Amino acid sequence: MNGVPSHTPLYDWHVAHGAHMVAYAGWNMPTHYTSITEEHNAIRNAVGITDISHMGRLRFEGPGASVFLAETLTRRVADLALGQIRYSLVTNDQGGILDDVLVGRYHNAYGQPYYVLVVNAGNRAKIVRWIDQHLPPERANRHGEEIIWDDVSCLWSMFAIQGPRSVELLQPLVDVDLNVMRYYRGAQVRILHPAAQRQGGIISRTGYTGEDGFELVLGVDIARAVWETLYDLGQPFGIVPTGIGCRDTLRLEAGMPLYGHELTEQINPYQADLAFACHLSGYDFPGRDALREIKKQSLKAMRVGLELDGRRVAREGAAILLDGNKVGEVTSGTFSPTLQKPIAMGYLRTDLAEPGTNLMVDIRGRQQSAVVVPLPFYRRPTKGGKK
Amino acid sequence: MNPEELLYAKTHEWVHVAADDAGSKIVTVGLSSFALEALTDLVFLDLPDVGREVRAAEPFGEVESVKAVSDLYSPVNGEIVDVNQKLVDNLENLPKDPYGIGWLAKIKVTDESGLANLMDYPTYKKQCEEEA
Repeated sequence: MNGVPSHTPLYDWHVAHGAHMVAYAGWNMPTHYTSITEEHNAIRNAVGITDISHMGRLRFEGPGASVFLAETLTRRVADLALGQIRYSLVTNDQGGILDDVLVGRYHNAYGQPYYVLVVNAGNRAKIVRWIDQHLPPERANRHGEEIIWDDVSCLWSMFAIQGPRSVELLQPLVDVDLNVMRYYRGAQVRILHPAAQRQGGIISRTGYTGEDGFELVLGVDIARAVWETLYDLGQPFGIVPTGIGCRDTLRLEAGMPLYGHELTEQINPYQADLAFACHLSGYDFPGRDALREIKKQSLKAMRVGLELDGRRVAREGAAILLDGNKVGEVTSGTFSPTLQKPIAMGYLRTDLAEPGTNLMVDIRGRQQSAVVVPLPFYRRPTKGGKK
Repeated sequence: MNPEELLYAKTHEWVHVAADDAGSKIVTVGLSSFALEALTDLVFLDLPDVGREVRAAEPFGEVESVKAVSDLYSPVNGEIVDVNQKLVDNLENLPKDPYGIGWLAKIKVTDESGLANLMDYPTYKKQCEEEA
């Protein structure tokens, strides 16, 4: 990052469609086109398409790739099935969180395996450095265990297609049956679009919204043509282009942490309620020994959800109070478009983290009552129509 | 009100100056459409009580959107003589008609020196273009 925000291949499209652009993690991205609430509701009720090309994409292949990734990530990698994706963390030697990532295993057109690591835009440079530090040339080039990897973030674009109508919208553009694709599964596919010619892409049933949906990775040269086709095809489904503003309100409702807010190098996975992402008995990764120690100790503070009375929003940095004493701090907050009330996540003294605990939050000098609630705030209706 | 005939603060409040029957200056304050477009998705408006003393360039209320919270700044030293309480429960009217039914408060001016810091419409428009 040299101070001038990068443009994704869709920059001109965003501007032409009235997007409010904002510099975010080194990229010029749309916060919203019409309104955050409208775009949020479109994803909850129909379908929205978000340019997430700012996310970092790293590609690994070669016979040593799976072991290297297993020795870098907190989650198991070596046993990933073809097309399987896992949420994982990268931790430092102290067990602090460097990033949260998705790792997926795919086959290329020749049947050879490769891995894709999707990292946060703001952490991309840090993670690339981290990999360089942990992958000396003598290891990367070791005969029979070679590792070839590349930061392909600027060669590949990425869209999030999220919402209950996303299967119908995307199906005509890919050569796999999306109805049978499970959550956290993906595939290298052919993109059925004239501009794509014989180019492939990666589609996965993943997202950051709490809604059904997909993420699509494709070459930057065809990104705009495919985006425009999706936008046209989506009209009967009520498609809306969606910015990163509603991405934040959606992930908050879904109780998903955001790096830089709930996750930092000072936070360990157990505090963040991400124990499921730590596999301590397999390959040795940086931070594993520290996490074994942390796991034995009781946590002083942990990540919780809060619902607030009134309509004022508790935002990052707001103190959580009990009898006037600070017992925690808010890390993100918004006004939930779905629940129509202010919600927040934050870190709270563990002995107070039980749902139902009544507390106060200091919002810019005035106190507002709040209650600890279980995460997520919102869970999408299941197919049977039951909550 | 015609936005071109109003005065503007750097902090995006519009100001209309009039006189009451006794000859005191009364300013009506609102938020410009430029500010409202940037805020979007309003969820909460906090207005002061009638009778409260306010000071130039100090907050007298706040407006909260999904994205952020913004203070509302008084353009002058004075006393709140009326607030648009109806707007609090009908927030959609604020972006719909920011220069009419979306007015926020009326302030009886006790020291009008703050008025000298306000911009006319062309100057304000230029500031907005630079910010956009």
